[in-house]
Amino acid sequence: MTGAPPGPVLLHAGLNLDHATREEAEQVESDVFGFWVFLMSDAVVFALLFALFGTSLEATAGGPDLAGVVKLGPAFIETMLLLASSFTFGMSSIMLKRGAKPRLALHLRPAVLWLALTWLLGIAFLGMEVNDFATMAQHGATADRSFFLSAFTVLVGTHGLHVLTGVIWLPVLLLQLASGGLDRPLKVNMIRLSLFWHFLDIVWIAIFSVVYLQGALR
Amino acid sequence: MTSPAIERGEVRSLILGYGLALLFTLLAFGMVVLQMLTGREAFYAVLGLGLVQMLVHFRFFLHIDLRRNSWPDLQLLVFSAMIVALMVGGTLVVLFNLHRRMM
Amino acid sequence: MNDPSLATFLLGQLSWGALPFVRAWRDPNVSEIIGAGAGVIVVLGAVGAIALITWLRAWKYLWTEWFTSLDHKKIGIMYVVLAGVMLTRALIEAVLIRTQQAVAINAPGYVEPGHFAQLFTTHGSIMIFFMAMPFLTGLMNYVVPLQIGARDMAFPYLNSVGLWLTAGGAGLMMASLAVGEFSTGGWSGYPPYTELAFSGGIGPDYWIWAVTLSSLGSVTVGINIVCTIYKLRAPGMTFLRLPLFCWTSLCTAILMIFAMPALTVATLLLAADRYAGMHFFTDDGGGNMMNYVNLFWLFGHPEVYIVVLPSFGVYSEVISAFSSKELYGYKSLVIATMAIAVLSFTVWLHHFFTMGQSASVNAAFGIATMTIGIPTGVKIYDWIWTMFRGEVRFTPPMVLSMAFMMTFVLGGFTGIILATPPLDYMMHNTLFLVAHFHNMLIPGTLYGLLAGYMYWFPKAFGFRLNERWGWVSAVCWISGFYLAFFPLYVLGASGMARRTQEVFDPAFRPWLLIALFGAFVLLTALATLFVQLYVSIRDRQANAVPVGDPWDARGLEWSVAAPPPEWNFATIPHVGDRDAFYWRKRAGGAYRPADHYRDIELPKESACGVIIGIAAAACCFGLVWRIWWMAVLFGVIVVATVIVRSFMRNVIKTIPAAKVEAADRRWLAKAQAAQPIPREQEQSGLNQGRAKIFPQPTPRHA
Repeated sequence: MTGAPPGPVLLHAGLNLDHATREEAEQVESDVFGFWVFLMSDAVVFALLFALFGTSLEATAGGPDLAGVVKLGPAFIETMLLLASSFTFGMSSIMLKRGAKPRLALHLRPAVLWLALTWLLGIAFLGMEVNDFATMAQHGATADRSFFLSAFTVLVGTHGLHVLTGVIWLPVLLLQLASGGLDRPLKVNMIRLSLFWHFLDIVWIAIFSVVYLQGALR
Repeated sequence: MTSPAIERGEVRSLILGYGLALLFTLLAFGMVVLQMLTGREAFYAVLGLGLVQMLVHFRFFLHIDLRRNSWPDLQLLVFSAMIVALMVGGTLVVLFNLHRRMM
Repeated sequence: MNDPSLATFLLGQLSWGALPFVRAWRDPNVSEIIGAGAGVIVVLGAVGAIALITWLRAWKYLWTEWFTSLDHKKIGIMYVVLAGVMLTRALIEAVLIRTQQAVAINAPGYVEPGHFAQLFTTHGSIMIFFMAMPFLTGLMNYVVPLQIGARDMAFPYLNSVGLWLTAGGAGLMMASLAVGEFSTGGWSGYPPYTELAFSGGIGPDYWIWAVTLSSLGSVTVGINIVCTIYKLRAPGMTFLRLPLFCWTSLCTAILMIFAMPALTVATLLLAADRYAGMHFFTDDGGGNMMNYVNLFWLFGHPEVYIVVLPSFGVYSEVISAFSSKELYGYKSLVIATMAIAVLSFTVWLHHFFTMGQSASVNAAFGIATMTIGIPTGVKIYDWIWTMFRGEVRFTPPMVLSMAFMMTFVLGGFTGIILATPPLDYMMHNTLFLVAHFHNMLIPGTLYGLLAGYMYWFPKAFGFRLNERWGWVSAVCWISGFYLAFFPLYVLGASGMARRTQEVFDPAFRPWLLIALFGAFVLLTALATLFVQLYVSIRDRQANAVPVGDPWDARGLEWSVAAPPPEWNFATIPHVGDRDAFYWRKRAGGAYRPADHYRDIELPKESACGVIIGIAAAACCFGLVWRIWWMAVLFGVIVVATVIVRSFMRNVIKTIPAAKVEAADRRWLAKAQAAQPIPREQEQSGLNQGRAKIFPQPTPRHA
């Protein structure tokens, strides 16, 4: 209460709530916290898929093993794409705090551009992953070949499906921005998507470490 | 509306976070490609670098720090990390124990 | 030929043989006829319900007031109603199981092995996922916002989605009676038995999708409750002033959030094996069934604490209320609850001691398992001390709570036996184990849920339940449990295996007959609950308690009218103490009008939750029968509804201050006019919900 800095109330990834009542601020805090909780349950899903992957490394049923399917080159590019997309999303989050005027006001254009860039990076990432899986399929390294390949496909693929969800979610939010302006529900939704997006990059760190780099080490 | 000064500060923080993340990524990939370490040590180094990079993401992209208003989030994250460690660690111990006894 | 492929496209693997009526026609033995009978009941039940609602012209009412409601109270009631329906089905299945085992002693009995296996599978799956989970969710949904002084849950729309996903899963379970068959792999669905190689039909798929829908619903409940308790407590309601039921709800929700994902992973990966030919748990291709077992019990152990913790919360509330005494050892109860929650993640291996781990691994988990008995023991002692020197009133909820304390402890001892790996090797997969977990679930979970239902019913509906039928029901539940399950301890120790359709040792017969009798007593117990409900509704005017505090209880939920207004509190209370309402009554501060009434914003009704739940169930039905167009179409509808909802901005309705004030003053007038009654008269018609207060000193603690 005392010593609070003047200016708008900033919470979490820097939400500009400008002129919100205390109840509204509490509601937003609650909305965002709820999404954090959901992300934790999602983290458990990924953690268990990693554990399964760990137990599958030798169950190759005579087929390709980890060293045989990982290619560091594409993995590195995918990592760069996703990390860059975290940066671009972060930039758009900062740009979005430039006021809450309705419609696609001039000062919101940078935010939209950064979001569009994020989206393109996400699409590029997905495109490369699809290509990776297609190449594996050409060499007979499909998920139904062995437990190892099933675990690999599902771990990397689940992450990919999450990125796909983000890639669908983002244009939906841009559409809402264009049609209804940057109102409070949309701001909350933007924060949730930003949490989601950064969370996916964090999961990818684990994937490139445990799957790709471990494969290259074998 | 944030003042230009605050905005510049936030952008700088974001760039710093991105730079650090990039650094740890390059270190991890570089170490493997250039074979600076091998085998088990290399794997643990990779995991360590990954863990540190995750912390960078949490601090610079997700704004989780030790300030008061992040406290419930930090509580949640620490608890989740503990549960994840228990579940993953437990799974690996049990499954490798079974594997050893079956072979 | 165009026609066969068109039929396959439209109908997937559906065929005439999928209908139990056709199967009974083709092969009319008792087993098939029972199956067909069940199918007939489902169809007639559905048709009958639709017909009744249409005849009563109640569709609009049901749709606008109930199905689309985002009010936590209505959603809570709907969850409990769902649980009641599913309890009826699963209890009948239990009677069928008991009957088969009692008559099939060196004889084939009357249900075939496959049918028997479906019976114990559906019995277990329904009792856990579609009876216990919805029941406890319903109670938590109803009570928690009222107890913390909030107007609704943190995410009312998500609440509706969770309800309808669960209802969708239950619908899928009921559909399996009328179309197709169910899994024969038990409620745990272990591969490789449930893989395509050994279960080529669609039974396991029904199980997979029903359970997945339920588990998704439960994750939403967990998220909702955690956020509600963290963020929506009334001013002054610190964590150490929370009622015990809220503490147990919080810990239950935390368990749901972290345990359900393990189940989702297990079932979806099994689906990946069955639908996409993957090799997670198959016999070939390097698959490892132990991964499933491990995943399932990573979920399964916290799950049993999910189902028991809310009941522990109920016991805390009920024992305190009906001992007319403050709960003893509040802090120790809170710490014990948290300890149980955390420890529950460390013991899962005790469900598969016999699966080949080394003795050291088994020992570690065995010790951890025994440790978890300690906080539970602390709670039992705290409840006993609460009763000590209190003025105990033997209402049905109190009778159930006392029976719980005694019976659950006995079951706990058998748990310690089973927690010892060498002993577990003897008992594993025998009826001893079955007796143990029913000893935990029935006195632990079910008595608590029933006690909670009876305790809070007057609050939810404005009139008390008939006490005499409540006692009859409680006595039947208690004696029925002992009769049905204690013989199983003897049988299990004598070596009778679980899940057996035929029995080969005639020495088991007397015990099985006692158990069968017990099953019928339990069925009677359920029937008397329905009788109680009927009689209570018939007598509702005489037993009305509109003022809202029939038991002179302590929590904030008793400080509002019965039934509460939609907005719960005219003004959000300021809480200065634990058991704040109790002390406010004694200080003369209850039943006062507010200084200032304001407009209240509440979430508007929404069809989105209903659409998502029904579409998700239809999508899963399509997945079960390989009707791909159906799965895709309804999957798209689910996603589209989510997206459309995110565009909606007109989601709030405002209750004008004048309306709030009018309702509040009407209720306060009733409170002033009501005669306060002492506790001895709380079961008489004089009880209008206002307790007689004898002035007491101020509270000792803050």
